[in-house]
Amino acid sequence: MRRYSAFAIAREAARYHQGWERAWASPEPKRAYDVIIVGAGGHGLATAFYLGKNFGITNVAVIEKGWLGGGNTGRNTTIIRSNYLQDPSAAIYEKARSLYETMSQDLNYNVMFSPRGVLMLAQTEHEVRGYTRTAHANALQGVKTEFVGPERVKEIVPIINIDGPRYPVLGALWQARAGTARHDAVAWGYARACSDMGMDIIQKCEVTGVNTENGAVTGVETTRGTIGCKKLGVVVAGHSSVLAEMAGFRLPMESVALQALVSEPIKPCMDCVVMANTVHGYMSQSDKGEMVIGGGTDGYNNYTQRGSFHHIEETVRALVETFPMISRLKMLRQWGGIVDVTGDRSPIISKAPVEGMFFNCGWGTGGFKAIPGSGWGFAELMARGYSPLTAEFGLNRFREGRFIDESVAAGVAH
Amino acid sequence: MLILECPNCGVMADETELSAGGEAHLKRFGPGSSDEEFEGYLFHRANPKGVHFERWRHANGCGKWFHAARCTNTLEVFATYTAQTSTVPDTVIAAIKAKRPDWSHET
Amino acid sequence: MSTRLASGGRLIDRHTTRTFTFNGKRLSGHDGDTLASALLANGQTLMGRSFKYHRPRGVVASGAEEPNALMGIGEGGRFEPNQRATTTEIFDGLTAKTQNHWPSLDFDVGAVNAMVPRLLPAGFYYKTFMFPRPFWKHVFEPVIRKSAGLGAAPKDRDADRYEHFYAHVDLLVAGGGIAGLQAALRAGQAGLRVLLVEQTAHWGGRAPVDGVEIGGKPAEEWINDTLQALEGMENVCIRTRSMASGVYDHGYALVYERLTDHAPEMGGPRHRLWRVRAGQIITATGAIERPLSFAGNDIPGVMLASALRDYVVNWGISPGDRTVIVTNNDDAYRTALVLHEAGLAVPAIVDARPSATGDLPQAAREAGIRVLTGTGIAEVKGRKSVTGVVLCAQAGEGAATDEIACEAVAMSGGWSPVVHLWSHCGGKLIWDAERSHFRPDAARAPTGHDGKPFVITAGAASGAETAGDVLADAKTAAGAAADALGRSLPDLDAAGTNDPHEEPMAPVWIMPQGAGPAKRMKMWLDYQNDVKVSDVRLAAQEGYESVEHTKRYTTLGMATDQGKLSNINGLATLAGALNAEIPAVGTTTFRPPYTPISMGAIAGEARDATFQPLRRTPIHDYHEDQGAYMEPVGHWRRPYTYPKTGESHAESVHREVLATRNSLGLLDASTLGKILVKGPDAGKFLDMLYTNMMSTLKPGKCRYGLMCNENGFLMDDGVVARLDEDTFLVHTTSGGAEHTHAHMEDWLQCEWWDWKVHTVNITEQFAQIAVVGPNARKLLEKMGGDMDLSAEALPFMGWAEGRIGGFDARVFRISFSGELSYEIAIPASQGRAFWDAALEAGGTWDITPYGTEALHIMRAEKGFIMIGDETDGTVIPQDLGLNWAISKKKEDYMGKRAQARSHMTDPTRWKLVGLETTDGSTLPDGAYCIAAGTNANNQRNVQGRVTSTYHSPTLGRGIAMGLVLNGPDRMGDIVEFNKVDGGTVAAKIVDPVFFDKDGEKQNV
Repeated sequence: MRRYSAFAIAREAARYHQGWERAWASPEPKRAYDVIIVGAGGHGLATAFYLGKNFGITNVAVIEKGWLGGGNTGRNTTIIRSNYLQDPSAAIYEKARSLYETMSQDLNYNVMFSPRGVLMLAQTEHEVRGYTRTAHANALQGVKTEFVGPERVKEIVPIINIDGPRYPVLGALWQARAGTARHDAVAWGYARACSDMGMDIIQKCEVTGVNTENGAVTGVETTRGTIGCKKLGVVVAGHSSVLAEMAGFRLPMESVALQALVSEPIKPCMDCVVMANTVHGYMSQSDKGEMVIGGGTDGYNNYTQRGSFHHIEETVRALVETFPMISRLKMLRQWGGIVDVTGDRSPIISKAPVEGMFFNCGWGTGGFKAIPGSGWGFAELMARGYSPLTAEFGLNRFREGRFIDESVAAGVAH
Repeated sequence: MLILECPNCGVMADETELSAGGEAHLKRFGPGSSDEEFEGYLFHRANPKGVHFERWRHANGCGKWFHAARCTNTLEVFATYTAQTSTVPDTVIAAIKAKRPDWSHET
Repeated sequence: MSTRLASGGRLIDRHTTRTFTFNGKRLSGHDGDTLASALLANGQTLMGRSFKYHRPRGVVASGAEEPNALMGIGEGGRFEPNQRATTTEIFDGLTAKTQNHWPSLDFDVGAVNAMVPRLLPAGFYYKTFMFPRPFWKHVFEPVIRKSAGLGAAPKDRDADRYEHFYAHVDLLVAGGGIAGLQAALRAGQAGLRVLLVEQTAHWGGRAPVDGVEIGGKPAEEWINDTLQALEGMENVCIRTRSMASGVYDHGYALVYERLTDHAPEMGGPRHRLWRVRAGQIITATGAIERPLSFAGNDIPGVMLASALRDYVVNWGISPGDRTVIVTNNDDAYRTALVLHEAGLAVPAIVDARPSATGDLPQAAREAGIRVLTGTGIAEVKGRKSVTGVVLCAQAGEGAATDEIACEAVAMSGGWSPVVHLWSHCGGKLIWDAERSHFRPDAARAPTGHDGKPFVITAGAASGAETAGDVLADAKTAAGAAADALGRSLPDLDAAGTNDPHEEPMAPVWIMPQGAGPAKRMKMWLDYQNDVKVSDVRLAAQEGYESVEHTKRYTTLGMATDQGKLSNINGLATLAGALNAEIPAVGTTTFRPPYTPISMGAIAGEARDATFQPLRRTPIHDYHEDQGAYMEPVGHWRRPYTYPKTGESHAESVHREVLATRNSLGLLDASTLGKILVKGPDAGKFLDMLYTNMMSTLKPGKCRYGLMCNENGFLMDDGVVARLDEDTFLVHTTSGGAEHTHAHMEDWLQCEWWDWKVHTVNITEQFAQIAVVGPNARKLLEKMGGDMDLSAEALPFMGWAEGRIGGFDARVFRISFSGELSYEIAIPASQGRAFWDAALEAGGTWDITPYGTEALHIMRAEKGFIMIGDETDGTVIPQDLGLNWAISKKKEDYMGKRAQARSHMTDPTRWKLVGLETTDGSTLPDGAYCIAAGTNANNQRNVQGRVTSTYHSPTLGRGIAMGLVLNGPDRMGDIVEFNKVDGGTVAAKIVDPVFFDKDGEKQNV
C-alpha cells in the first residue's frame, strides 16, 4: 500500500494525479474463507481489521449487499463520546473513543477525528441528578467528564440560549475529549487497510441464506454464489432480524427509522457537539460548515430509510428553542437510516444460537461512536470466544433480565 | 407520514394522531411459563422486512387500540382491524394475499 | 460587462425604482427584478466565491438551481446567509452581501487555494494532515473550517415569525408552468379539490420566454386566461412563491410559502409551511438545463443558455455585447435568436453536433449568425470575467482552431427533468438514451397507503420537450389523477402549439471529447463545491466506484444546490471513467427539500413560551405571582420552592420544611395523576396492575400500591382509594397519569377486553391540595364544613367526602411527609379559591406553601421512595425493601413472571438502605459506593450508589438513601462513596427511615 502524505500528493500533482492506486481492491469472491463478515459498514470493516491486526486472521471476506459504508456508517451524525452510565457501555465506548484518537495514524487515512467536546444539557432537576450520577460513574470508569454549570455552557457554546422560558439550561455533562469524525472516511480507511492485509471486500453481494451443518455454520448463499466459512460474523445494522431469520431464530429487536438533517453551510459558529435530551435534539457543525442535526427515532417498524416529517419538525423546534440563531438557517437535506433497537436499547455483541455464528447489532441510534471498540471486541470474541469488552452484551441477558439500560440517565442515547 | 384508518371510529388518521405499539398478537406468558417462553413473549420480535402485524392506538383521537397489517418495506397498509382478537382474521389474510400472492402467514 | 437594455423585460416595471445595497454600495432596479437581474443590470457580474478554491463566481442560472450567486441578505434579526440572488426579489432597503471571501469579493486571500488546485484534488484531506497528531484539532481543522462554510452565521434572534397551515386536497399540483396550469385547470373543471403551487412569483414557466404560442395565441395570453379560469373555481387554490419542497409517504407533502421575503413591510408571518395531505400529486416541476464541461466553464460570464435568455427576455438584461453560444442541442439557438433580436452580437454558435439542421438552427443562419458544427470550446479566456473563447474540434483533444472575443458564453448540455418530488418517496427513474437524461419511470411510481401510485409527472418533468408534448402530457396526467381518485374528465383536446421542429441532441459529457488531464482539471461539474471532471475521474481511479462513494469523496452534488446542475454530468463522467453505462452507475438518492427551507418555517409558531403546551394547575397563577422558582415536570411547571426576598433556594427550602414539620404547610399536589377505574372487574384488573392486592380494599379506605411493567421494573406508585364497590380512584405520580392511563387502556383493550372495566383520566378535573403538619386538622376545622376529620372518624389511610368551608371536598388522609396530612381534592374550578381560603385561615399557624424540594426532603427523611430517584427503570420493588407491598397470594400480576428471572432473584442485587456520612455532610448526588479492585475492563469495582441525598433541615445533617450490595445485612458498616474530584466520602449504612420511625406524627 502506498502511504498517503502531503509529499505523496505533491508528487502525484506533478503528473495530474494519474498515479494514485485503488484504495481497496474489488475481487471476485473465493470459494471459502476462514471468516466471513457480512456487512461492510464501519463495524464490519473494523472487525475485519482487528481480526487481522490483533489476531493475524487475514483469510477474511467482508461481503456487502450495497456499497461499503453505505448503511448507517454513511448516514449518521458522527458523534463520538463515551460518557455512558453503565460500566459495560462506558468500557466499549471509551475503548472506541481512544482508538478514534489514533485512527488516522493507525490507518494512514485521515478520518478527521475532532475531539471538540460534547455537552449534554441538563434542563430539568431530574436531568441534573442523572448527569451528576453519570459524572460519578465516569470518574470510576476512567472516562473523563465533568458536570458544568450554565455559565460554562454559555462559554463553550456562545450561540446557545441558556435561559429559555420553558427549559432553561441548568448545567451539562461535558466530555472534552469527545467529538466527531468524518464518517465515510472511517469506513474507507478501514476498507483500505483490510484490503491491504489481503482481505477481500466484496461489494454488491447480498447474502440470501445461511448454510449450516449439524447446527454449525458452514457458509452463506449470496447473489454471487455460495461462499464457505468457518466463522460467520453478522454486522448488518437495521437488517439483523432478516439475517437471523435466515439462520432460523429471532432477535430481541425492532427496526425503525432514525432521521437527521443538515443546514446549508455557514462559517464556524459552534465548536462542540450539543445534545439536549429533554427537548430531544442534538447539533454540531461539520467541517464543511453545515449544522448537523438529529433527534429521536420514529415509532414504527420501517425498512424504507425514510421517516415521517413531524419528527423532523420536533427536532428542529427543539433546536430553534435551544439555538435561536438557527431559525434563519435553512434545512438543506433530510434523510433517514434504519436502526435496530433492542429490548434494552443496548447493543448485542454475541455468539448466536448457531455454532460459529456471531452477531454484532442493536446499536440503535448510537453505533458510529462505537465502531473501533466494537470491531476490537467483536474480533476478540470471534477469534477467542471471549472478550471482556463484549461479555455483558450477550444475547442471554434478556432471558436473565440483566439489562444494560442507558435510558436511565438520558432519554436519547446517540 | 403514515395514514391509517382507525377501525374503531372510521377516521383516516394521520400518524400524528396515532401511537405505535409494536408487534401484534403476542401471546402473554405469565407465572409458570418457561424462561424461553417468557423471553420470546417479551423480546423476540418478528421484525419482518415485509408484512407486519402491529398494534396502533388512536391516541389523539378516539383513544382506542387497533391492529394493522402493513408492509414495513413499502409502508402499504393492507388492512386495519380490531384489537380484540388474538389471531389475524381471515379477511385480513385474504386482503394481503390479494396483493402479495407469494406471501404466506407464519404462525 | 452586463447592462440593462433600453427596452424589453416582461417581468420588470420600468416605471418603478427600487434601491438596495450590495456590499455597501447603493444600487437600483425595478419592481420585478430579482437580485441577480438587478445586479446584472448594474454591471455586477461577480457575485460570489466558490467553496473550496474561492474562485470568482458569477451567476450561472436564473432560478432555484443557482449554485453561485449566494448572498447574505438582511441585517440584524433579519440577516440570513446563503440566499440565492436568482430567487430573491428586490425591494427598497434590501441589503445584500457576498460571501466566503476576505477581505473583499474582488480581492480574496482565500483564492490562493485556486493557485494550487493541483495540490488540492478530490479527497486530498483524507491523505494528509495526519502528523503530528494534535495538529488536526489545533491547526489544520480550524483553518479548514474557516476557509470552508459559506455565509456568515446569523447572530441575532430571528425577528420574524412563521406559521403552519394544513391542507387536505384531492390533488396537489407542484409547478405553475403551462403543464401545471393545464393539469390544474382540467382537474378543477372535473370538480377536484386542487392546490396549485408555483415556487416563483410568476405563472407560466418558460413558455413565454421561449416564444410559445398556444391555440394561436402567445403563451402569455393562454396563461392569463387559464389563471382567470382557475381563480374562478372555488375548488381550486393557487399560490405563487410557494414551493412543494417534499413528498412524503401516504400522500403527505410540504409546501413552503414565502410570504414577505419580497416585501418585508407587509408584516405577518414570513414563511408558511403547508402540511398537505393529497390524494394524488402531479409534479409539473419542469426541467433544468445542464452545463457543458469545457475548460474555464466556471468563469463569470459563462451561463446556462436558458438563463441568459431569461435575463434578456424577462428582465431586459444585456449579458455583454458579444455572446458565444455553445450547445449540443437546438434549444440553445433560441438564446441566439433572442440576443439577435435584442440587437446584441452572437459571434458564433458552437455546436458540438456534426450537423444542425432543425428549424431553430436554420432560423439562426437566416438571421446571419455563424453556426459552427462539430466544434467545441477548448478554453474560456478570462479571470474574473469572460474575455473570449478558444474553439477546437469537438472530436479532437483541444488544439485551437479559432479564438473569439466575447463577454458572455451561453451553454447548453441538454435538459434534465426535475425528478426530485417524484423520487422523494421512492419513485424510480429510467434512463432515456435519446435525450440523455433520467426521467420518471411511470411504471414504478411512489405508492401510497393502498399500494397504489400517488405521484404523476406532467410536462417537462416527464421528459416532454416541446410545448405541444408538455400540454398533452399534462392533460394525460390530469386524467390519470382523476381516474385514480375515481373521477372522470371531459375529453377535451389540448390546444395546438407552434413548436418548431427540433433535431435530437447529442450527448456531450466532455468538450472536446479527447481533452487531456490539464484541461479536465479546469472543467467544473459542481461550481459551488469546486468539483471538476478530474476529481470524479480520480475518485473512479481510486476505487470510489459507487456513485455514492464518488459523491462523498469529491463532494459532488453536496452543495446548497444539491447537484441540480451537476448530477447528470457527474454521473456521465463517472460512467465514462468506469467504462460503464450511465444507468448502470445509477443516481444518488433525492432527499427533501427540493430547495432549502428555513428552520423557522419548520419550527412554526413554537418558540419561547409557546415552545410546548403548558399545563397549568388551578393554582398556577398563585405560584407565579409569588415568584416561585418553577421546575418543569412533564408539561407542567411546579414550584420548586417559594424564596422570599433575599433568600437562597436552599434557605427557602429549609424554611418550608421546618414550617411544615413544626406547624403547617400547604402543597399544590394537583399534578398528581388521578384515574377513575370503574366496573365489576375493576378490582380484578387492579390486582393485575399492582403488585399489591387491591380487590380486598374496603370502600372508604386507601392503599399504597406499586405498579410494575411486564419487565418487572417499578414504573409508578401511588395511593389507590376505593370509592365504592365498583369504583377505584388511582393516584399516579405527577406526570405519570397519561402514561399510566395509556398502560391501563392497552391491557384492557388488547389483552383483557372481556373484562368489564372503564377508566377515565380525571387528573385535570380536580385540584389536589395537601394540608400538612401538626396543625393540619385545626386548619380544616377552622375552615368549617360538615366533615368529622377526627382521628377516629377519618383515620390514617381513610378518605371521606363532604364540605370544607364552602367547598365540595374529597379528603384523603394520606401522608408523603410523615406529618398529619390531608390531601384534599376540590373541583378544579374551585381549586384556587380553596387554596386562598386555606392560606387565609392558616395565618394563625403561619401557614407556609412549600414546593417540590421540601416535599422531596420530607419524604426522604421518612425513607419513602420516589419514582425516578430510587427507581430508574432498572429497579424492582424487591430491591427497595417493598416486599410487603407485593402480594404473595396472587397468582399473577404485571411483572411477576419477570421478577422470577435469574438476575432478578440474584441475592447480590443492590438493596435500599439509608446512608449517613460520618462527618454529617451531605453525600454527593449520584455518587457510587466503591469496592476493592477493578474489573476486566479496568474500571473501578462498585457495590452501590446513592439514589437520593439531601441536607435534612429537621435533623440538621446529611441524609441519603442508596442501593448497596447486601445493604440491609450490613447495618452500621462504613462504606466509601466517590466524589467527582477523585476523593471519597465515608458513610454508615443505616435504616432508611430517618425521622419518626414509629409514625407517631402522622397517626394522630
